[in-house]
Amino acid sequence: MKLTDKAEEILEALWIESEEKGTGYAELDRMEIDASDPAYQELASQALVEIKGGRIYFRPEGREEGRNTIRRHRLAERLMMDVLNIRGESGDMKACQFEHLLNEGVDAKVCTMLNHPVTCPHGKPIPPGECCEEARKTGDLGVVPLTELKPGDEGDIAYIQTEDSKKMQKLMAMGVLPGNRILLLQAFPSYIFRVAFSEFAIDSAMAREIFVRR
Amino acid sequence: MSFFKKKGSCHETATVAASGAKKVALVGNPNVGKSVLFNALTGAYVTVSNYPGTSVEVSRGSAVINGEEFEIIDTPGMYSILPITEEERVAREILLTERPHLVLHVLDARNLERMLPMTLQLIEAELPVVLVVNIMDEAARMGLEIDIPLLSRRLGIPVIGAATAKKIGIPEIKSAIAGSSPGAVPPFTYSRLMEGDIAEICQSLRGEYILSKKAIALLLLQDDTEVAELVRETEGVWFPALQTVVRDKRFERRESFHLDLSMERKAIVKKILDGAFKTPEKRVVTLAERFSRWTVRPATGIPLLLIVLYFGLYQFVGVFGAGTLVDFLEGKGFEEHFNPWITEIVKLNVPWEMIQELLVGEYGIITLGFRYAVGIILPIVATFFLFFSVLEDSGYFPRLALLVDRVFKTMGLTGRAVIPMVLGFGCDTMATMVTRTLETVRERVIATVLLALAIPCSAQLGVIMSLLSQTPGALLAWGVCLALIFLLVGLLAAKVLPGETPMFYMEIPPMRLPQFGNVLTKTYTRMQWYFMEILPLFILASVLLWLGKITHFFEKMIEAMTPVMAALGLPKESAVAFIFGFFRRDYGAAGLYDLQAKGLLNGRQLTVAAVTLTLFIPCVAQFLIMKKERGWKVAIAIGLFVSGFAFGSGWLLNRFLLATQLL
Repeated sequence: MKLTDKAEEILEALWIESEEKGTGYAELDRMEIDASDPAYQELASQALVEIKGGRIYFRPEGREEGRNTIRRHRLAERLMMDVLNIRGESGDMKACQFEHLLNEGVDAKVCTMLNHPVTCPHGKPIPPGECCEEARKTGDLGVVPLTELKPGDEGDIAYIQTEDSKKMQKLMAMGVLPGNRILLLQAFPSYIFRVAFSEFAIDSAMAREIFVRR
Repeated sequence: MSFFKKKGSCHETATVAASGAKKVALVGNPNVGKSVLFNALTGAYVTVSNYPGTSVEVSRGSAVINGEEFEIIDTPGMYSILPITEEERVAREILLTERPHLVLHVLDARNLERMLPMTLQLIEAELPVVLVVNIMDEAARMGLEIDIPLLSRRLGIPVIGAATAKKIGIPEIKSAIAGSSPGAVPPFTYSRLMEGDIAEICQSLRGEYILSKKAIALLLLQDDTEVAELVRETEGVWFPALQTVVRDKRFERRESFHLDLSMERKAIVKKILDGAFKTPEKRVVTLAERFSRWTVRPATGIPLLLIVLYFGLYQFVGVFGAGTLVDFLEGKGFEEHFNPWITEIVKLNVPWEMIQELLVGEYGIITLGFRYAVGIILPIVATFFLFFSVLEDSGYFPRLALLVDRVFKTMGLTGRAVIPMVLGFGCDTMATMVTRTLETVRERVIATVLLALAIPCSAQLGVIMSLLSQTPGALLAWGVCLALIFLLVGLLAAKVLPGETPMFYMEIPPMRLPQFGNVLTKTYTRMQWYFMEILPLFILASVLLWLGKITHFFEKMIEAMTPVMAALGLPKESAVAFIFGFFRRDYGAAGLYDLQAKGLLNGRQLTVAAVTLTLFIPCVAQFLIMKKERGWKVAIAIGLFVSGFAFGSGWLLNRFLLATQLL
């Protein structure tokens, strides 16, 4: 059964109060959605939450549902910001509308595309899904910028993401080409890496634009 | 004026070949040994180092091979025939306009795979290319195997394996130059799609070009503005139609044309190298590599830098060069023996007092000009250039660049600027010339300002160090002042000048033990250049000062500067040092040395004078180079700013020291 958008928002709010702040419940009159809203009934009748004494509690199935809902919400935020480059309030709003589309496996696809992020743009944790566990087990770290590698790490250059075509040409002329093996030697004060038999130093701004598959 | 202009380059030791000789252009990535090859072919000397971008100018020399004269052209390094930086543009210009009889593409054997795409570009441009696979010795040491004949067959051009630093391969290269120029048909093609696009543009090209139409088409597709301009001129009325085709193609492939092209070239190179280039299973980690790691880690790199500066700059240049050697040459040699002796001779043989004065007087050509140049400046400059050459050849500078990049970023510069800055401690004039290797005009202006203002040249540095080290605290105060001003002005300049700081990237060459011979030749050449430039100026300065003295103009100038000196809390005699400073920065510092010797300055005055003089207007030669590199407007603006700033800082420092009684 698919929940209404409002019901999902209640679950999110409850997740933040009950699980992230650790209170174990949420005060009904502090919720943004009015206590008289039928969405509460919807959740209660599906045995996802329990309402007693002006407080709302998760039932076990509800907790799982809340976890997934918040995960979808924060993934949607990441998608807006990282991929579509929609930021600020309009990004938040779009994410709110978008999150409701991320069920039935779409969330796993988006999560994989975003390389299993662990936090939303506001720094809040994204509860890991099955896809994240799987990726961790197989050691598939996906494609990360050079800045995410530790000195001594090696990988294949996946792509270069830059809007400055001159810089792209320079990097390519230096041998930073997709498919080439790259070894990070040092990350501070500059990034030093080796491609074939040459070593190069670049700053962090440039290192962010080289994406490496480990 | 023309008198100075000739001294614009440190590369002009190479003789210019007579026009009409066949031209041979040396091209290739930075730091692959083009200049070494140039020197070996021509017998001239061009500065060689272990630092990418040492040649910022084109050098020309002549070589006689089998009785025929050739003009050898050494170009700055370039990564691709599509230029990005200024020096690459200079290098490409040669290919576009000079119709070389032969193009020698020099590359580093260890990085064959990375550098071969440029060979492809040269072949595809239908230039008469010979490939020189250089540094074969180090490649062999690393266990690399390169099949030169196979490579030659696959590329369809002559290929020569060489180690030019060890003179291996030079005869082969010479006979390749003397041989007929090879005309190669490119033995490789791109994907059908790419070739189709190229063909479409080629059809619209009607004019005649030095490069093949295919190469021109590819450069147009890559939005090369210079080539577009050339094509516009050549095609005339046909240009708009061509432009439309190019624009359409570029739009069609806007997503990734550069990348596609690079990937296609990479694939071609891979195929060519298959079986011709073998790498060892296990990487050999050399001692040099391990040492290299220490130099770039902040925890070990910064102490190492301080050690280098302390022993190299302070002990060797300051204490030994400016102290021991100067005392010996200037004190013993000139003051005790040479000057009294020559004065006697002149006085006996020259009856006119005026001329006596010109030769051996207070500002005499011999007693002052020659004494300064040989007795004070020579030992200091010699020790500095020796120190600099050792560092340069070891490959330390690129490592220093990456270490300081973060600090330099706050000043609107990148780590790249470390070379002109360090070189500035040797000679600001040379350094100003080298600022052209910086990427943006903004960086070049900032670097030029900092060089003109806060970087003392070696001669000045040496004299000031030996002067101030006699007063405890003065050297420290001077150093702190200059460092602060350097950072402050850098920060301000970065704020005031519009524009963004470019990103930092640099190739890190392997560390090498400096070759004794090369270091000596380099030091010698630099000193020769330096002397050719300064000795005439010293003599000119002596003449002008003598003129000033006999016409009493000089006294009036000292008189005029007295209030300025008073504001700085200095005795009026110190005006002499500042007037000297107009002619050469180091000359001014040496003037200070004289005042100190006469006991006219106390610790505070000495510090104030040293700081002001260090900041003060660049020497005549530096000013002329500033004008040449940056244009009149910028040069004059910098000159005015620097003079105002120097006296302003001197005044402030004097107030501060008076108020705090620190010195």
